[in-house]
Amino acid sequence: MVPEIYYLVLSAILFTMGALGVLARRNALIIFMSVELMLNAANLAFVSFANTYQQLDGQIIVFFVIAVAAAEVAVGLALIVAIFKSKHSIDVDQMSSLKG
Amino acid sequence: MTVDLILFLILALVSVATAAGMLFSRNAVYSALFLVLNFASIAVFYLLLGAPFIAMAQITVYAGAIMVLFLFVIMLLGAEQLAPIKVLPWQRPLAIGLAAVLVAETAFLLIMRARPAADIIPPAEAVNTVGELQRLGMSLFNQYLLPFEVTSVLLLVAMVGAIVLTKREKGERE
Amino acid sequence: MHFSETINTGFFFLAPWLVFAPVIGLLVNIILGGWFLKRSWGETAVGTVASLASGAAFVVSALLAYSVYANGGHGESVFLAQWMHIGDLQLNWTFRVDSLSTTMMLVVSGVGTLIHIYAIGYMHEDVRFKKDEKRYQRFFVFLNLFIAAMMILVSGDSYLMLFVGWEGVGLCSFLLIGFWYDMDTLGRSSWANSNAAKKAFITNRIGDFGFLIAGFLMFWAFKSFDFNTVFEAAESAPPELILLITLFMLVGVAGKSAQIPLYVWLPDAMAGPTPVSALIHAATMVTAGVYLVSRSAPLYTLVPEAQYVVAMTGAATALFAATIAVGQYDIKKVLAYSTISQLGFMVAAVGMGAYVAGMFHLVTHAFFKALLFLSAGSIILGLERGHHHLAHHGGGHGDHHEEVFDPGDMRNMGGLRKTMPVTFWLYLTGTLALAGIFPFAGFWSKDEILADAFREGYTGVYWLLTLAAFFTAFYMGRQIWMVFFGEPRHEAAAHAEESKPIITVPLMVLALLSIVGGALNLPGLHTFTEWLEHTLEVHAGEFVMSVALISTALALAAIVISWLIYGRNPLKAGQPDPLKKPLGLVFTGMENKWFVDEGYKAVILDNYVRISKFLADVIDWRFWHDWFHEKVIAGTYNWLSNVALNKYADQRGIDAFANGLGEWTKEASASLRRVQNGFVRSYALSVLLGVVLILGYLLLK
Repeated sequence: MVPEIYYLVLSAILFTMGALGVLARRNALIIFMSVELMLNAANLAFVSFANTYQQLDGQIIVFFVIAVAAAEVAVGLALIVAIFKSKHSIDVDQMSSLKG
Repeated sequence: MTVDLILFLILALVSVATAAGMLFSRNAVYSALFLVLNFASIAVFYLLLGAPFIAMAQITVYAGAIMVLFLFVIMLLGAEQLAPIKVLPWQRPLAIGLAAVLVAETAFLLIMRARPAADIIPPAEAVNTVGELQRLGMSLFNQYLLPFEVTSVLLLVAMVGAIVLTKREKGERE
Repeated sequence: MHFSETINTGFFFLAPWLVFAPVIGLLVNIILGGWFLKRSWGETAVGTVASLASGAAFVVSALLAYSVYANGGHGESVFLAQWMHIGDLQLNWTFRVDSLSTTMMLVVSGVGTLIHIYAIGYMHEDVRFKKDEKRYQRFFVFLNLFIAAMMILVSGDSYLMLFVGWEGVGLCSFLLIGFWYDMDTLGRSSWANSNAAKKAFITNRIGDFGFLIAGFLMFWAFKSFDFNTVFEAAESAPPELILLITLFMLVGVAGKSAQIPLYVWLPDAMAGPTPVSALIHAATMVTAGVYLVSRSAPLYTLVPEAQYVVAMTGAATALFAATIAVGQYDIKKVLAYSTISQLGFMVAAVGMGAYVAGMFHLVTHAFFKALLFLSAGSIILGLERGHHHLAHHGGGHGDHHEEVFDPGDMRNMGGLRKTMPVTFWLYLTGTLALAGIFPFAGFWSKDEILADAFREGYTGVYWLLTLAAFFTAFYMGRQIWMVFFGEPRHEAAAHAEESKPIITVPLMVLALLSIVGGALNLPGLHTFTEWLEHTLEVHAGEFVMSVALISTALALAAIVISWLIYGRNPLKAGQPDPLKKPLGLVFTGMENKWFVDEGYKAVILDNYVRISKFLADVIDWRFWHDWFHEKVIAGTYNWLSNVALNKYADQRGIDAFANGLGEWTKEASASLRRVQNGFVRSYALSVLLGVVLILGYLLLK
């Protein structure tokens, strides 16, 4: 058995990399993908806990996360398409109309 | 070093490498493909952790449907690459610094505060129930019936929303 | 039952109509007068309405007098309305109808009515000479108002109601003296007439001040203004208080009845139209003071000192004014000083306690002085007509237009006996009555005063009055010779025309009264004495033959002397008065009213103006306004508001705080605004920063 802590550290690393992607990249699609990566990192932690504690709840939450992620991707990509249609760009740094 | 551990390390290396590849690829298509690989490696983790259903869902939904959708959009918009414009010069170094701190903190937290594995005593009757697909289904349709149904509604709404957002308005110029 | 009640109460209930009748008359003339005057018969209508109103008051007066007579001479009080009710103080408008007040009512309304009728004719011409026919209506409104006010005065049951009438007649006097307010007596554009009106009004205010003090003292001491209450309470009051009240009342009397030292307004009051001079400034209003003293007889009787002062004031005035009258040239001015002199007789009489003699002289004087004034008015109109005639038919005398012609100046007259015969005889009657020639009215009344003075032991008063009587006969003789005899000294006098019957008929009635008026109180019969006995404590005066002989002899002597000076060698045009040379400075004094007006001006007016200017310039303006208000109050306030509050407290304190808060908020938000840069990645970065920090906190905890 691989100790639970290994999975959790891996999850943390992946989550941080996802966060780094969100912060560092300008391409809306890549940011979106990074968000997915973060979700996966969290999922990994859940499944790891479910395994450790022998409880199905962790897996069920992952199941719901996957379902919600699917919905999120559908809406998110639709938004990106809509933004692209008006701005002809998916650079998030150009979407700063709301600056103070 | 057990086989499990060797396998874990290899897979962990793959997943971190693919995540890094996704992050650093200039081309969005490459990023997407790296992410597919990453998702696949995580699906293997799920199998190792005794969650075959989740592993399958990960492959089909994430690596399959979602990433195909990503690729479609990338191709559709033709936005594989962006012109290099430096708007927030301090954003990247700051992000990297913070990310490093976050990793350090998390690792420290996990390692120093986590309970030893020996302390974890799974309930007796729950032993070897995780891998049973039947039990997962029972749990999903009994205890989590309402969230399940709400999820279906959520998917429907997302579908409608996606159609409405991308629909071409009447008289709208291309 | 009803009949006997009527007999018992008589016509007393009619008393309010004394006031209501003239008020109705004046209201009709105010409302309809303007409409009347647009018609050809308008002036007659206005005059008739006013005369009828006054006549109605006379009828009421006569009925009241009859009622008093039928009531055995006892008076009644007729309550009309409650005026004021303050705490215990009840002030009512009550009419006092007794033999004294009905006497005054009869004189006022009787003479008043005759003068109203006369004024119909007089004002018809006067408004044309003065070239403002619209004032015809106003004149009769004022005249009726005067009758109403005078009736309030004589019928009041308390000193307060009397004062209401007192002020009312003062107002009417003011209005009528200034009737031609925008010109002088010669019709030239000037404020002389309104200045005369103001002089009369202000001088009377000084007198009224005394009357008011007397009233306040009375109320303070007796808690009432009612005649009966005051008289009863006065008997047990300290004599010093009564002395004070009566002397202050004398100030009021001196003002209203033109006694020394407040007589100066009456000669100037001749600026009013002649009927006004006759009615207000000879026959009625000026006698109000005499009436007041008679009415207050119970008070004066208590303090002989006050009586002596009153008597001496009257006697001195009588002689003083008579000397001035000798030196006057204006026909009305002579009569004005004569009036002052005769009022002095009356005041002296009532001062001596000879109330019957005083009231008797008041009545006869009302007859013959009204007659004289109205005749003088007739003469003035006659000369105006002559002057008018010259101006239109003079041919070669075109330059007369430029000449300022004074129709009242006796030096412009002469020989009017031929051109105005009716007026001459009327004037002569009045003169003989005034001079006190037997058997005219003036003889009986003046003689009674002299006899009383002689008998009561007022020797000084007696001699002063006798001397005044001598001068009276002299200046009246002088007037007759100057006006009616000799040759006309001005062409206007030569062309003078006699007046119409509307003017002369009322004069004839007055002349008749002047002749037979003495019958009121013939020695031995004492009709008037018995009549007044019911109201006043009087005693029938005995006829003193020596007094009568002395005064008659003096009067005749005076007339003879005046004939020697003015009649034998009639005055020529431009010639100075023949008395001027022999008398020298004395005559100059007479001519210039003994410089009393100038003296008042120098002693009182100039100093008053100086003090006023000092108070206004130095005290009020420089001290109060410039220094105290501007510098001290406004300056302190400005310093407080500008420097202390505005600059320091407000600008540097409150403003600085409030503005600073605003500035700081602006700066803070301006810097915070940069956080909201619109870049979604930096927001995410801040979220991550939060995560890192919270985790760090959890770690270190």
